[in-house]
Parts: sequence; structure tokens; C-alpha cells
Amino acid sequence: MYEKDGQRYYVVDAHIALWDARESNQRNVHGKQFIDCFYDYHKNLSPAEELWDYDLYTYYGGERLMKDVFVDGYVDHAIFQPARLGEFYNTGFGQTEEAWALTQANPGKLTYNHNFDPRYEQAGLDQLRRDAERFGLKGVKLYTAEWHGDSRGYKLTDRWTYKYLEVCQELGITNIHIHKGPTILPLDRDAFDVADVDAVATDFQGLNFVVEHCGLPRLEDFCWIATQESNVHAGLAVAIPFIHTRPRYFAQIIGELLYWIGEDKIQFSSDYALWTPRWLIEKFVDFQIPQDMTEYAPLTTTAKRKILGLNAARMYGLDVPEELRIADDGEPGLEVAAGAQEALAS
Amino acid sequence: MTTMSTPLGAAVWDALGTVADPELDEPITDLGFVRSVRIDDDGIEVHLRLPSSFCAPNFAYLMASDALDALRGVPAIGEVTVRLDDHHDSDKINAGLAADAGYRGTFGGEAADSLDQLRLTFLRKAHTAAMERSVERLLRSSAWTLEELGWLTLADLPASPSTEALIRRRRDIGLRSCGSDRVLVDDTGTAVPFAEIPLRLRFAKSVRISIDGNAHFCRGLLATRYEDSDPHGLVRQVTNTRRST
Repeated sequence: MYEKDGQRYYVVDAHIALWDARESNQRNVHGKQFIDCFYDYHKNLSPAEELWDYDLYTYYGGERLMKDVFVDGYVDHAIFQPARLGEFYNTGFGQTEEAWALTQANPGKLTYNHNFDPRYEQAGLDQLRRDAERFGLKGVKLYTAEWHGDSRGYKLTDRWTYKYLEVCQELGITNIHIHKGPTILPLDRDAFDVADVDAVATDFQGLNFVVEHCGLPRLEDFCWIATQESNVHAGLAVAIPFIHTRPRYFAQIIGELLYWIGEDKIQFSSDYALWTPRWLIEKFVDFQIPQDMTEYAPLTTTAKRKILGLNAARMYGLDVPEELRIADDGEPGLEVAAGAQEALAS
Repeated sequence: MTTMSTPLGAAVWDALGTVADPELDEPITDLGFVRSVRIDDDGIEVHLRLPSSFCAPNFAYLMASDALDALRGVPAIGEVTVRLDDHHDSDKINAGLAADAGYRGTFGGEAADSLDQLRLTFLRKAHTAAMERSVERLLRSSAWTLEELGWLTLADLPASPSTEALIRRRRDIGLRSCGSDRVLVDDTGTAVPFAEIPLRLRFAKSVRISIDGNAHFCRGLLATRYEDSDPHGLVRQVTNTRRST
């Protein structure tokens, strides 16, 4: 819980990781390249006083995570969104056993989402059923640019992905978090294209699709799709740290999201340990659309409360203390954003 | 480090300046993607670099092969070699460039057809963004109103870099640019119906924000990535040992 100027905020960090990218876990040069790329993101967008040294960044462990996220970071509940990256790391990038143990050791604090890869076909589907039972899965994280043998990516519209999503619907794994990465087949196409999200969102009305980093670098395509599909949501991972380095750009991102998809379908996430949640939350609560950007409506306290936690809490059925709720929260029928109304009318 | 002060050096830099990052709609020379240029008696070797190892390989290939084509157009340049450094697909792309294997020859089964459609997608986005920039500027600085924009023609735009940029982007996607042509058009050049103008313009704004934001982020990331080797910023290493230029 975060409190500022007498206003209290229930906080859900909807995207955190417990990774091990140490040299000892790297399978090849790509493991090194991947964590180096993350570290450059971290260095490029963090305030100077929040910078970690490289060794800590490659592995920080569960104790440090609990401190950064819950003790220092104001977060009430956090959700693991692990990337497997089995071709780059021996035990994978996200540490399943460690994260699950931490989840069990801290009841009510953490939700463990797992991942699947449709290219494992039937064997992976059987595994998904076992994982759903073991972890009590409510969500999964999909990284469509994951390498797998000779393949360097898959689409949500692939035949096997559909089978997996059918099982998700059957088992109540309702929250599908999607991360678009830079390689996908065929290379003729835009790797960040979100058109396949559009297709599955139409075909699986019982599932929520949370597009991480709100479709960046294809914000406009994402916004357009989200206006057409009521079950498509935006995760703020990667977008929110711009609040420090480029506040006017962040104002445009959040302004566009509020215009096109509305305040009920945007979720805060730090993408820990890419960035730590504390400074992001503090800056977000203090943030306002600059006055000269008259094209955007002001960012209200209600919108901030929903984005920082209440939206994800509703999606994950979290028990928000009475005094931190918004009176009409949880009522059926979300507000339809202005852009969505206009887009649907045309 | 020397400069590009010789005629050949200048021609090389101009040629590289015609190569754009399709996603960011800016020349690779402005983005700092040209890491080094080495000219000697036999020819030229250019090394390119990108903001991360995991930048999209199709765009990486496009820029590298465009650079190769552009440099080969420079008179008396000799043998041209282009290399992409520090990318997860550097080996594959460099082998393809060295063998003149083309896109399909470089990526094999990962390539289905060609990159033409991908290129067109981003040229269209660049046009949409340029259109929005021009119109937005006009709305702020003149008596034109949103309701009247359907009548706006190219002749109504002031002579300015943003108008020139718009005309260039129109040409890139095959649109005619006469003074009487409408400014607000779709990808095929058809005028946007009056009733749809506010929504189309709003969407064009999202496209523009996306492109501008990505360009800025990529620049920042490139600077962060190479700050140890280039502590003073994005200096390009240029050496010219050719005797007769």
C-alpha cells in the first residue's frame, strides 16, 4: 500500500521475475547477449541512484526480491511472469522452483504464473495440465519470440497455440500475458505485429489478453486492436520507466492508452528486476499530463488507483481491503474509452 | 580518426545517408548505426551496429543490404564490404552479405517470400506520421480548423521541411504530389471522407508518437550500449588510406 497526500493506493505489480542469468547458467553467447540487453535497458531508463551493478543484476535471489518489491516497494501483491528462454539458459531464465517456493512461503503476496510453448505440441499440453494443478494457475506468460530448436518464434494463431488456449479456457487459466519479441516466422513480417492477438481475443472471449509493454514499439496497432476487443488489456511494463527519462513521452503513451482503451484496462508493472517498483510508483502517483498537452484529459486519482492495482486485482480476484476499493469497482461493464467508442462507430 | 573530407569520403557518407531504419524513418548515419568506415586502395569496409543484440533481424538485414546497394552505386569505390557487428544474427547476416545471397539466401527457411511488404508497411506508417506532423503544425499556426481539413491541398501547406518530408514520404509509397492533391489521404491516395477525419487524424497521431518514441529510445539505448567504447558519444571511426582520392 502506498499513501500520498492522504490518498491510499492498493498496489499490484503485475509483472515481476526471479531470473538467473549468471554465466554459470548461460548456455551460449545468446544468454549473455540477452541479459546485457536487459542491463542496457536498466541503465538507460533508471534514475542514477537506482542503478544496480552488473553482477547483482544477473542474479538477485528471493530475499532481495521480497525487499525490493514488498518492503521498499509498497507492493501489496505481485505476479510472476516468467520467460523460459530454454535455448539461452541451462535452467531457463525465470527460475520456476525458486519462484514457486517463494510464492508458497509468502501466502497472499505472490501469484505464480507459468509459461507454455505450443511447439512442444501434445507433450507440452499434458505438461500444462500438470502445471495448472501444481501451481493453481490463473495466468500464463507467453513469449512468442522464444527460440526452440530451429524455430525462433510462434504465433498465437498457430494450430497448436489454439489447442493450448482451449485448455486454458477449460482449466480457468484466464489471464494470458503476451510479450512480443523481435524474432518470429517468417521474417517477412513485422515481429511486433499484434494482429494475432486480435484473432485469438475474438475467438477466446472467456480469456483476458494482457499485452505487455502495451504493444511497444507498436503502440498504435495495439491501441487499435484493443478498441475492437473488449478482452484486450495493456501492461505498462517497459513503458512506465519513461516517466523518469522522458516524462513527456510517457504522458503521450498514457494519454493514448487512456483515450483508446480507458482506465479500466491498464495494469501497472515494474518488470522487476528490469526496474524496481518503488520509484516507479512514487513518480506515477506524482505524475500529471503536462498542461500544454491539451489533447489529453488529466490523469485522475481514480485512474491512478485503478492502474496501480485495482485493475489487476479484479482480473486476479485478489482480496482488496475494503477501504482501498473504489465504490463501483467490480461492477460488470467497464467504461468504454472515447477512442474505442469512436472507432467502433465508424 | 580522420574525416570524410575527401570527395570519395563525402560520397560514401552521402550514400550511407540514403539508408534509413525503416522502423524509425531516419537515416542510419543520423542514428549512429554506422560504427566505422575504412577506405583503402582496394575498396571500402563499413561496419554497422544497432542498439541491442536483439533488434529485429529482418530490419537489421534490410539496413545492411541497403547499405551495400547504396555504396555500390558510388563511382570508383572498388570492392564494397558491409558487416553487422554485435547482433545475435551477425554471423548469418554477414555470411549472407559476403556471398550476396539475398534475403532468402541469407535466412533460408525463415524467409517465406521477400521483405517488400514489410518495407511497404513501414513506409506507409512514415507517410501517416508525416501527414499528421504537417497538419498538426498547420492547425497550430494558421486559421485552418479540423472541420475544414478535408479541403486541404498540398498547395495550402507552407514551404517548410515538414512539407518537404511529407512529399518525400508520398513519393515513397507511390502517391502523386501536385498542388491540387489532398493532404489527408489513405495509403492508396484516396481522400479521407470528411466524417472520418477526426478519427483518422487521432490514429495518425498514435503512429507518429510511436515512431518518434522508438527513435528516441533506440538512440538512448545505442548510447548506453556503447558508452564504454565510445565515452564521448557516438563517434564514427573513419579511416581513409586510399592514395588517389
